[in-house]
Amino acid sequence: MYRYDEFDASFVNQRTEQFKDQVRRRLAGELSEDEFKPLRLMNGLYLQLHAYMLRVAIPYGTLNGRQMRKLAHIARTYDKGYGHFTTRQNIQFNWPKLEDTPKILEELAEVEMHAIQTSGNCIRNVTADHFAGAAADEIADPRPYAEILRQWSSLHPEFSFLPRKFKIAITGAPNDRAAVQVHDIGLQLTRNDDGEIGFVVYVGGGLGRTPMIGRKVRDYLPEEDLLAYSEAILRVYNRYGRRDNKYKARIKILVHETGLEELKADIEAEFEKIRYGVLRLPDEEVRRIEAYFAPPPLEVGPSASEAVEARRNADAAFAQFLAHNLNPHRVPGYTSVTLSMKPIGGIPGDASDAQMEVIADLAEQYGHDELRISHEQNVILPHVKLDDVPAIYDRLAAAEIAEGNAGLITDIIACPGMDYCALATARSIPVAQRISERFGTAERQAEIGELKIKISGCINACGHHHVGHIGILGLEKKGEEFYQVTLGGSANENASIGEIVGRGFSSEEVIDAIEKLVDTYLDLRSGKEETFLDAYRRVGEAPFKEALYGAA
Amino acid sequence: MKVITANRLLNGDVVWLGENGSWVERITLARTFDGKDQVAEGLAIGQEAEKNQEVVSVYEMDVTLEDGVIVPVRLRERIRAAGPTTHPQFGKQAQAVSA
Repeated sequence: MYRYDEFDASFVNQRTEQFKDQVRRRLAGELSEDEFKPLRLMNGLYLQLHAYMLRVAIPYGTLNGRQMRKLAHIARTYDKGYGHFTTRQNIQFNWPKLEDTPKILEELAEVEMHAIQTSGNCIRNVTADHFAGAAADEIADPRPYAEILRQWSSLHPEFSFLPRKFKIAITGAPNDRAAVQVHDIGLQLTRNDDGEIGFVVYVGGGLGRTPMIGRKVRDYLPEEDLLAYSEAILRVYNRYGRRDNKYKARIKILVHETGLEELKADIEAEFEKIRYGVLRLPDEEVRRIEAYFAPPPLEVGPSASEAVEARRNADAAFAQFLAHNLNPHRVPGYTSVTLSMKPIGGIPGDASDAQMEVIADLAEQYGHDELRISHEQNVILPHVKLDDVPAIYDRLAAAEIAEGNAGLITDIIACPGMDYCALATARSIPVAQRISERFGTAERQAEIGELKIKISGCINACGHHHVGHIGILGLEKKGEEFYQVTLGGSANENASIGEIVGRGFSSEEVIDAIEKLVDTYLDLRSGKEETFLDAYRRVGEAPFKEALYGAA
Repeated sequence: MKVITANRLLNGDVVWLGENGSWVERITLARTFDGKDQVAEGLAIGQEAEKNQEVVSVYEMDVTLEDGVIVPVRLRERIRAAGPTTHPQFGKQAQAVSA
């Protein structure tokens, strides 16, 4: 994986020192809160409902055992013994003290981590497919490009005060697991007729209060143009993006208001000016970065493991885990294992310090010291020998992160909601917990099959509810929590925004409503292979609406 | 009826304005304010405390009395006064048990 060069190390250390001094000045009264707030936000430090919250960047969701141990140490030493993996592949600590944050940032810098650009109107952590570098369906590992984008966008002076935040996601596989079409820039690796690597480029996707699917601006962008073209997009956005209204400031609004053709022309014009300049990516530089992501030495093995097969037949929970939590690896004899951070009735994305230690152990012992955080708030061991799966499973089961539910109805994305977040209008986590309990038996989950439920506790949509097969948005109505349900959303290569099915539900009613939707699907699906989303797309909302509200 | 709330600058703890300009850790100990003028006075004390690096994010919030005990009106503030509903072992609700 990527290792800091002298430049990276020096700017992270400089920033840590700078923030230490800013905290000192704040505590000494030399900086007011109005002056300090933008500075702390640039270092990922928010003030939430109960306490400060520190968001630590995990670039493209990749980290190693040592880094995971450091996160465990921070959770234990400076927080309340747990952290929360987010939908942008980062981790949040919910209870740090302001006075401790300079020390936390120093500790993070020791393992090449930081909290830079995890907040503020800048280019945020670049996210990527969590199976990057491992997946059988991959054209190429997207992480070298994500790393190149990270280097370009880190402390980029021109783009440190954009109209609004800016999120980039990249996938190397045709099956999009990185939700690229709902990002400000979405990149999908592709090959041209000559077999050369390039990118399909989407611009202006996003969720929040105005959800939009990104518009394709390039069918094929050559590798060497990645930075110049990205810079051109950012320049056009920085110049024309609205600054008069926070809610209309994202690039999606600019795309919408300007029109795709005009905006494309603006981007291309800017691109023409700079494409042969310093941002043109030299082949040797791409190959140099790529070398950091060289796959570990993996010996080709039999595509089925006797140890696994023997246990599959004897152990139903293990069989369930195999059926759902393994992703095909490009090397026969290997697999990518999803560690479910969604125990039945648990809090989506939370991990205790002890669990983080177990995860680090497993990465080091069985996983070539590689870990990934998925935007679905799970943890991945990307390179695991099939023969090692039973031993890993046992350790996961002991740590209570072995639920075989990846992609199933209990693998719910939920934002922190009103249990933590100052912006939230309703709670998300308790709704996720109750759904998980309602549908949590192994048989029922397996019978329902793939079903992505995503829950946000406010209109800002951190829980990606717009792209849930079933989306739940928590609002406040007359002082009570109130949940609006959307159907038919998807964040994959066939992305779609879910549609509101009808009037919302109280906290008491919402779980029954979800059950009615699920039962309706089970009744009308053409067979077990027709997923909830496929069935919804085939029949439309009418039967679901009728199940919820009766015949019109 | 209102109380004035904020977070402590140093550690982020949720606090409410109590008697004599103190900041208290329990909403039950908060000073209550009735009417515009009283609330403005409370907010002024809060802003002074913000200037003195004691607290941040000062605002007023609605409360009622239930059996003589101060209770926030909005769920958001009830959660803020107690701790995450999903983690009864954390936040003020945890301290309340031992108190």
